[in-house]
Formats: sequence, C-alpha cells, structure tokens
Amino acid sequence: MSSHRLPPQPGEVIDRSTVINFTWNGQPVIGLAGDTIASALAAQGVDVFSRSMKYHRHRGIMTADHWDPNLSLQVDDEPNVRAGTRLLAEGMQVSTQNVWPSLQHDVGVLNKAVGRFLSAGFYYKTFMKPKFLWDNVYQSVLRKFAPGGRVHWKTSTHGAYDKRYAHPDVLVAGGGPAGMAAALGAAQAGASVLLVEMAPELGGHLCWGNDAERAALDKLTTAVIAEANIEVMTRSTVTGRYDHNWVAVMQGDHPLAPERLVKARVGSLVVAPGLIERPLIFSGNDIPGVMLSGAARRLINLWAVKPGQRAVVLTANAEGDAAVKDLQAAGVEVVEVVDVRTGAMVASAVGKSRLQKVVLEDGRTIEADLLVTATGWTAPTSLLNMAGNRPVYDPQAARYFPENLPEEILTSGGIAGNGSTDELIAHGSATGVLAANRSLRLRHSRRAATARSRSPEGPAPEALTDTRTPLRREAHPECYRASTHGFVDYAEDVSSKDLIQAAGEGFDSIELMKRYTTVTMGPAQGKLETVNAAAVLAESRGMDLADIGTTVWRPPFAPISLGALAGRIFEPVRRSALQDWHEAHGATALLAGQWVRPDHYGDAVAEAQNVRNGVGIIDVTPLGKIDLQGPDVAKLLELVYVNRWESLKVGRVRYGAMVAEDGVVSDDGVTGRLSENHWLMTTTSSGAGAVWEMLEDWLQTGHPEWQVHVTPVTGGLTSINVAGPHSRQLLERLVSNVDLSSDAFPYFSVRQGTVADVPDCVIWRIGFTGELSFEVHVPSGHALAVWEALLAEGQDLGCAPFGVEAQRILRLEKGHYIVGQDTDGLSKAPTAGLGGLVKLDKTDTIGLPELRAAYQREDLPILVAVQPDDPTVLPEEAAQIVDGQTATILGRVTSSRHSPTLGRSICLAQVAPQLAAPGTVITVLMADGRRIPATVQEHHAHLDHQGARQRV
Amino acid sequence: MIIVPCPHCGPRNSVDLRNCGEVVNRPNPDTATLTEWRTYLYLRENAAGWVSETWYCRAGCRRYFTIERNTVTNEIRDQS
Repeated sequence: MSSHRLPPQPGEVIDRSTVINFTWNGQPVIGLAGDTIASALAAQGVDVFSRSMKYHRHRGIMTADHWDPNLSLQVDDEPNVRAGTRLLAEGMQVSTQNVWPSLQHDVGVLNKAVGRFLSAGFYYKTFMKPKFLWDNVYQSVLRKFAPGGRVHWKTSTHGAYDKRYAHPDVLVAGGGPAGMAAALGAAQAGASVLLVEMAPELGGHLCWGNDAERAALDKLTTAVIAEANIEVMTRSTVTGRYDHNWVAVMQGDHPLAPERLVKARVGSLVVAPGLIERPLIFSGNDIPGVMLSGAARRLINLWAVKPGQRAVVLTANAEGDAAVKDLQAAGVEVVEVVDVRTGAMVASAVGKSRLQKVVLEDGRTIEADLLVTATGWTAPTSLLNMAGNRPVYDPQAARYFPENLPEEILTSGGIAGNGSTDELIAHGSATGVLAANRSLRLRHSRRAATARSRSPEGPAPEALTDTRTPLRREAHPECYRASTHGFVDYAEDVSSKDLIQAAGEGFDSIELMKRYTTVTMGPAQGKLETVNAAAVLAESRGMDLADIGTTVWRPPFAPISLGALAGRIFEPVRRSALQDWHEAHGATALLAGQWVRPDHYGDAVAEAQNVRNGVGIIDVTPLGKIDLQGPDVAKLLELVYVNRWESLKVGRVRYGAMVAEDGVVSDDGVTGRLSENHWLMTTTSSGAGAVWEMLEDWLQTGHPEWQVHVTPVTGGLTSINVAGPHSRQLLERLVSNVDLSSDAFPYFSVRQGTVADVPDCVIWRIGFTGELSFEVHVPSGHALAVWEALLAEGQDLGCAPFGVEAQRILRLEKGHYIVGQDTDGLSKAPTAGLGGLVKLDKTDTIGLPELRAAYQREDLPILVAVQPDDPTVLPEEAAQIVDGQTATILGRVTSSRHSPTLGRSICLAQVAPQLAAPGTVITVLMADGRRIPATVQEHHAHLDHQGARQRV
Repeated sequence: MIIVPCPHCGPRNSVDLRNCGEVVNRPNPDTATLTEWRTYLYLRENAAGWVSETWYCRAGCRRYFTIERNTVTNEIRDQS
C-alpha cells in the first residue's frame, strides 16, 4: 500500500504528529489522529472497502460521511460501524463484513453471474416453495449471504449506555453555518440552546471550504464556544421528532457512555441539516473511484488524502466546480470536466476493483481512476415529515422544499434555500431569534399554567413576526439518470432496471415499489436513494416527479444501537425496614413485584412446622395498607367491597373481597375500624397501588361529596405477623396496654397499643396461616427494635423467623386462596367461593350487575381443594385437569405444595362445575404426560376447617 | 410523548400521568340491564378527532381530571 497523503492542507483536521496504529483485515496499518477510519484507509491506498449485498460487487468510498452505503465495517466487537464518520482510535481491529473467505476472493461474487435472476421480487418468487425448506435450508443459507457484521455480545467490552432528559428552549439540528448562527441568535435572545451536529466538528460545508469560508467558520466557532447559553453535541444525531416537540437525540460524544439517548422537550425546533448530495444513476456508478464531489473535497481538505490520479468531473453546480479546483490544487490531473449545464453527460463507467475509464454521451472514452459527480441535492426533510409536514418538489431547483411549517418548527440553511455564507448566517441568525421568541412565549405560558408551584417572570414576550428574507431557490438542472441503468440503492443492490421491472409488474406507487424491491430500505433509509427512486418511477410512468410523492421518512433519522435505546434500567426495588436484618440472617431473597422479600432462611419446611408447633414471626410489610379517615369511610367500603361494612363495630376487623366493574375478583384483604371515623384497610401486596388509585378515583369523580381522606401507609407501617400456638404468650411479654386474652381480644378484632415500648402500634388478630396469630403494624422507624425484641423474648418459646415460602405452605394447608394465583383475569366471585360474602341486594357496589349475572350462571369454574390419591405425587402449579384419557381440559391446579403437617401433597384447583362436588375423582395431567387421580375435598381447608386452632 | 396540562401541576409529560380513557357515563348499577352495563364497560367512540378523556396525575398531585384532546393532532383544550 502506498501513501496517498497530501502535504499539509490549510483546513485539515488531522494531527500529523500523532500516529495511530490499527489493523485492516488483520494487517497492521497506520493513520493519524483526526482521521476517520475511511480516511485513514484511503490514505493508505485502500480502494475496496466492502462487497455489495446481493452481487458482491467491489465498493469503495462514495460519500465519505455517515450516509456512505459502502463503509459499514466491523470494528472490534461492533458491527455496522460507519467508517465515514467514526474517528480512528489506537488498536482498532477493522474488517470488512459480508465477505467469505476474504475481501479479495469472495465467493458471493458468483451471484453476479446469476444477477438477472436476483432482480426485483426474487426472494418472494423463489423461496416460497416448498415450505419445508423454509426453516432449515433457506434460512440458514440466506443468513450466510446477509450483510451486517457479527455481534460479539458475550465478550462485549462496551460500557453502560445512558439516558438523559433535557429541556432546551431551542434545539438546533445541524451545526453548519445556518445552524450555528441560529444557535447564536437564539441564545443571544435569551433562550437556552442545544446545538446538535452529526460530524465530529461544527461547520458543515465550511469545514472543507475555501479560505473565506474557513475564516467565517472560525468566527462562528469562537462565538458558539463563548456563548454560555449554548450546549454543543457533536457526533450526535437528532433521530426523531414527536408530538409537542419531544425530540430524541443520540449523543455520540459523551465521555463515558458509548452512546446516550437524550430525550429533549423542546420549545422551538430549528431544522438546519443542510443538504445531502445525490448520486447519479448510470452504468458503473458504484465502481470504486466513482464518488460524489463532497467525498472528494472532504478527503482532500479535511484529511489531506489524494482521492485519485486522473479524474473526470461531472458537474451541474458550484460545488462541482469547486471540486475541480480542489482536485487540481491537490495535484490530481483533471482530464475532463463534463458540465451538465452545457448539455454534456457521462454515459457509463468501466472498472472492477477500481475505475478504469469513463464513457461520455458524446461517445468519447476517457481513461481515469476517479470520477467525481456533483449532480444535485436531496433535502433531508425527515424531521419535518415526522411533524406531519409534506415537502413540495420544485423542478426549477431539482429538490424538495418545506412549506407551511407549524409555529414550533423552523428551518434554515440548505433545506430552506441557497445563499452565500453571509446570507446563510444572516438567515440562521434571524431564525434563531424567531425560534427563541416563540419558545420563550411558550415557556411563559406553561409557567403561567402551573398556578401553584411557579409564577412566570413578568409578562410574556411580545410575539415577533417572521420578517426573514427567504433564502433563494437556485436553479439546478434535473439530473437523476444518464442514458444507462445503474444502482439506485447501493446498500440493497437495487438498480433502476429493477424499479422499472417492478413498475411493469404493477408495483407502480412509490410505497409499493419500495416494499417490493427494497429500494431505500438499506441503512441510509433513502437519504441517498429516495429521490432517485421516485425519479425513475416518474420516468417509467411518464409522470412529473412532483406528482409521484416520496416515501415517508420515519424515525430514526440515522441507525441507532439497541443498547442506547435500552439505556440503563431504573427499576427501584422496595425494601422493608427489616430487609437488612433478613439478609444478615441468611434469608434467600425473593423478588415479588416491586418488593424484595425473604423467601426462606434456609429451611422453609422447618419454618412452617415451627409455626404449627411453636411460634414464628414473618415480615409482611409489602401487604398494602391504606389509612382511611372521615365520616363516610363506611360508604366507600360498601361501594368497593362486595360485602357489608356499615355494621362493623369499632375494634373489629373484617375480611373483604373486591371485584372490578366487570365482576372479576380484583383484590382482597382485611380492614379494621380503629375508631368511629378511622379505618385501616389492607390489600394484596401487588394490588396496593391500584386499590389506592381506585379509591381516589371513586372519591374524586364518583362521589366528591363523601368526606374521606385516603393515605397509603404501606411503607410507613412495618407489618409483622406473629403466628403459632405460643404467639399470645410471646406477645403478652411485650404488649403493655392491651389485654390479649381470647375474651378481651377475640378473633377478627383490632386493638391499638404499645409493643416493645413502641406506642401507636396496630394489632389485629387474624389467621392467614391457620394458627392463632396477631399481626402487628409498627411505625417503620421502630420496626427493627420490635422485631429483635420478639426474637429475644421468644427465645425460650422457640420463636424464629419464617419466610414467604413457609407462609405459602401454611396458607395452602388452611385453604386460603391468593388473588392472582388461585384466581385469574376471568375469575368471578362464584369461582372464588365468595357466595356467602357477596350482598347482591346492595343498590350500588362495583360490578353489581356482573355480580348478579354471575350468580345466575352454572357454568363458571369453581375453586376447590384437591388431594392427589397418591400422597407422594406433587402436581405442578398450572397442571391441567383433563377429562379422563381425552384432551378435554376441565380445569387446572392453581396452587400445589407438600404439606409437612399432613405429610402429603395438597392443592387448590379451578375445576369445571361438574367436578366440584366433594369426593369427585379428577384426572391431573402431569408435565411428564402421566395422568394421576386426585380427589376433590369438602372444604378449601386441608387442615382444621372449623378454625379451632386460630380461635383459642 | 405528549404534554398534558394538569390543572394543578401545570403541563407535564404524559408518562407522569395515566390516560384513563374516554369519559363514559356509568349507568345506575341497580337498574341497568346487562347490555347497558356492558356498553359502559367495553364500547367506546374511539373518534378520530376531539374526545373528552380522563387523566390521572399519578406522579404529581394525584388528581383525576378531564381534558379534550384531538386524537388526530394531539391538540389539547380545556373542558369548556
């Protein structure tokens, strides 16, 4: 490889004193600091960077920027790196994708020979039949030919991707002269500005411009850096614009995260992305050595790379003319300037791994290794499309222009029109001032609407009228295709011939054509291809381009990595005040909804037995707790529970079940009346938030006349259940002002008292475990002291903590169902066995008509207790209950455990009503295919259905 | 993500709130037929245009309130 590096150029961005070592397809190569991967390789004489997707044609530098379809490379463990913009770094291992066995000898090139079979719709037509080949043959073979690199996710060295929220008054998309001037104009008018540029440095086309342009850039850059109101992000992309100016920015220049997704709520969005140079369609337009004028000029001026030796320049505009000068200054022999404006045109290019000759329309053939084309511009109107705007084609200027923009979106720079550097800067500056005015008025109105928390600073700024002098629409020849056919979509290997064939087959609207041929569906998503595709369609249908329309550009503007979208996961975990203690004492953690809980402390069965025979304590803090105060609490409870509440006396608790408006069981729990107007409600752990919000909904929108205050106290009160035959004995040692005897404190009662010197504890006597038990709700700041006091005072009684698993065993022995485990999204009140509880004669309760309807039905499944006939067989939870040897499903097991107390397996199950009678033998289909007999029990409780153990 | 104007907290990102759907009238549960009840439960206008809908300011003041929103443009106006 010979060096193509030029002597120092006035605007170069490379640092010649810092050499960077990297590898290219395994071979050591060098570049300079400031090089992109592509420029470093080009400086080393690399012509071929990739092979094309279908035909495996040689491909080289085409645009030398983000949109270059030929510069997707594998860099270390990262596939699809845009080598045109990715800066070179020490030690990078860069390689080609989609070649086998090597870039020079790629067997995929055989596709070229069968190219005529790979035309539009080839895959649809070829791989339909026979179907049995889909998975194993077609898929695995086609995979090998698919483009894209390899993700080494197991060995990835990337750090954590990140996210950020931002609230700039003005966001400017594009850091060229107009964008920089807009940022300055807006900032000086008092707005906070976020200026986003895709390239590694600000300046846009000024970066590779002449002395005057670079001088203007220096001035702008100095001003932008000095302006405190402007935050600059380079190597960053505005990827999407959503409703109410919600703008997504993919930040690539973050010092720590490989990429950061910035979610910005923007007052005004200034779209100033410049223009994207458009390739011309002709035979051989993808041969290495054929490149756009922007690529040639950037290679020379930014990275001092000589793009070729003998050049033909095809020019239709001033940028093409400037390229001629740049090439000549760089010592490239410009052998022919083909000026479209005088009627001249290129017909085709010839070459394989490098351009060899150019054939002109006038018949001449010119030997050259470089063909530079400057044939027009595509306006990247993506962000405007995302706002619902449809740009309009102007044939005089041969490009699309935005019209009728909404107030909160403004455009400047090339997308809005042409101008000298001074004109672009003046337009940008005026746009920035206008954007600032609109955003500051919006900010003022939003603050004024936030009545209680903030007040606006003074009156709203006066609205400015748009007095900007519009940028010109410079005349430009319409050149889309030469007389020959060539590639429209380089990344997808779609040619103009394919498009014309597709139109002939009836896919003659641009949206259908896109999907049939995959044109514009490559990584550039149409930035290079859309207008050419529409032009070919217009030509084949004999229509005006303006009437064809274009495909709609949707987010993201440029490809983004999935890691950046995922970002960090912020999922807070709730911990009770005792969780540290649990973890210090050997608890196995269980993630249950938002909460982390102790599953067990080593032996769940022993913990359960200790509750049955002695006394145990369990931390049940996640249990939802809602403090209700006011004269109308009973009315609220009558509405939200299926059962009666008006009659509950002070000092008593009651079990309540809730259904939703559709009659499905939604939650349950115990609620107690602490005093006349003060109640404490408990809910399931997972339903705590939903029940609270539901209560608020009814109070705010259904019955605003009711006087009830709702306060969630789930975390504020730490709940400890003291369970087992010795629980009263234990608590009597610690409770000072409550008589715990059965007569004074009967089952299903509530008392408030002092526990272990902690006042204001709520104690209620209930029995989820089926044993004598007291649930103590302690202000969380004192929870640890109470917990440790219980263990210390209960030492001689064998008091030990038990976890969630032991509790599950105990409650299943007792036959208590769990909403969401033993019921599901279809379970109505009769299924859960709420018959005795539901009061259908109420005039209003949630889901009343559905409750009444449910009790008319006889086909609803019924929750029953089931015991396998073989006590050692343990059915899996969710095992199906089937009809004998058939496949007819008649129910399922909802809970299943081995009972240490009974020494056998026990279950709850939902069964069809004809199986619900006690004594019915049902068939459970095990996961291994066995069908085992089991018998329906008379009561839900497998143990002590009369409740003798808990009423002592 | 749209901005929803909470009457107490001011304009907020919609993720701070919950869209509770179109405003629907709840029939008298004691007298409603099942058909009326299920119309209330399941049938919505789902209009392309202006709809009245309830939002819940779940990460702010925790108030339920009603706004009118244009489902085509996401324009929002007060209920008046």
